[in-house]
Amino acid sequence: MIRAMGLIIARDVRLTLRQGTDIIMILMFFLIATALFPLGVGPEPNILARMASGVLWVCALLAAVLSLDHLFQADYDDGSLDLLTLGPLPLELVVLAKVAAHWVVTGLPLILAAPVLALLLNLPTDGYATLFMSMALGTPILSLMGAAGAALTLGARRGGALIALLVLPLYIPVLIFAVGAMDAAIAGLPAKPHLLILAAVLATALPLAPWAGAAAIRQSLD
Amino acid sequence: MHKYANPNQFLRIANPLLPWLSGLTVLCMGMGLYLGLFASPKDYQQGETVRIMYIHVPSAWMAMFVYGSMAMAGATALIWRHPLGHMIAKASAPVGASFTMICLLTGSLWGKPMWGTWWVWDARLTSVLILFFLYIGYIALVNAFDDSARGQRTASVLVLVGAVNLPIIKFSVDWWNTLHQPASVVRMDGPAVHPSMLWPLLIMSIGFTMFYFVVLILRLRSELAATKIRNIRLGQAGE
Repeated sequence: MIRAMGLIIARDVRLTLRQGTDIIMILMFFLIATALFPLGVGPEPNILARMASGVLWVCALLAAVLSLDHLFQADYDDGSLDLLTLGPLPLELVVLAKVAAHWVVTGLPLILAAPVLALLLNLPTDGYATLFMSMALGTPILSLMGAAGAALTLGARRGGALIALLVLPLYIPVLIFAVGAMDAAIAGLPAKPHLLILAAVLATALPLAPWAGAAAIRQSLD
Repeated sequence: MHKYANPNQFLRIANPLLPWLSGLTVLCMGMGLYLGLFASPKDYQQGETVRIMYIHVPSAWMAMFVYGSMAMAGATALIWRHPLGHMIAKASAPVGASFTMICLLTGSLWGKPMWGTWWVWDARLTSVLILFFLYIGYIALVNAFDDSARGQRTASVLVLVGAVNLPIIKFSVDWWNTLHQPASVVRMDGPAVHPSMLWPLLIMSIGFTMFYFVVLILRLRSELAATKIRNIRLGQAGE
């Protein structure tokens, strides 16, 4: 079972890497969207420092949403998803494997790019460790909840905009606690309570989101 | 339960209930409005603005009650494949969204004189706003598919996912220090509201609940009729 999941993860990662442009597009979107803020609100370093944590996270959320319509759509279109559903591996674990692959190709690049963008936004030095930790805890949640949203919109008209409409409200708790953690760290307060809540959200989403995603995929293949 | 999967069985119960429910709605809302707007006392701090509460609180309860009903109906439909479940969820969504909107608007109107601001980003307000987004997402998803049965099934999954928000709304005033006041009616040690204000509030919420049932039955009836018309047309096209 673990091996089958590993194979799905390897397949999805390989497919995305061979295409190449997907990861770069997401990262470029993250960069450009973040770069709009200093241009929009003015380049004063102290204003940027105050906003950095929120801007980074909002842009990361939007970049994650942008990547979601690729998650199941290609497999849905060419019929691979039917085969995966009929296969011996429970559909919930298939979804979990695809979430893991999605995280490797979007969550991980976002985590790696975030400190560089934080420099551009003049994030205070105390924030970097918490930025990394909140991203490490938060991006898997984005992939998990996003997978449920992407599965729900399979075969829908205007799927892309619909995913954003469904998923962004569910992302709000992640945004609140991740930014809360970073702001606490920057203010010299303990960031741990916020990070623990974020970890609790992850622990809840880990079993529930693949279940909801699998239920939605079954509806779409009926 | 599956007896009512037959729409005619369901309508045989629902149709005779409708006039009673409508009567109760008019009676409770009329009485509640009279008691709330004229007979109940002014608040010693809030003055006349306290009367907004008689609309605001019942619609907030209904916003959550309707979503809870949708989640239960959706679960029933997904687990036992009960055809009425999806229909109840679909018919409830616009009603629930309207109640949420009324709750947010009246809260905002009350907030301006009392808190000095139309809106604050506190936990209760934000979580209710998320509830509103969830309703909108449900309505968008239900209508996003060419096959309406497929849209209803998928949207029922979304309702269940969004049900996580309900306990967050309820307990948001306890878990966070919010500007919004904590629970004062449904509490462990009894309501903290004086009976002269509690009674109009309760009567109004009964009226709101009955109103929901009336609209639900009307919407279900028209949905069933629409399905019947569609089937007849398909039958004619097939001949």
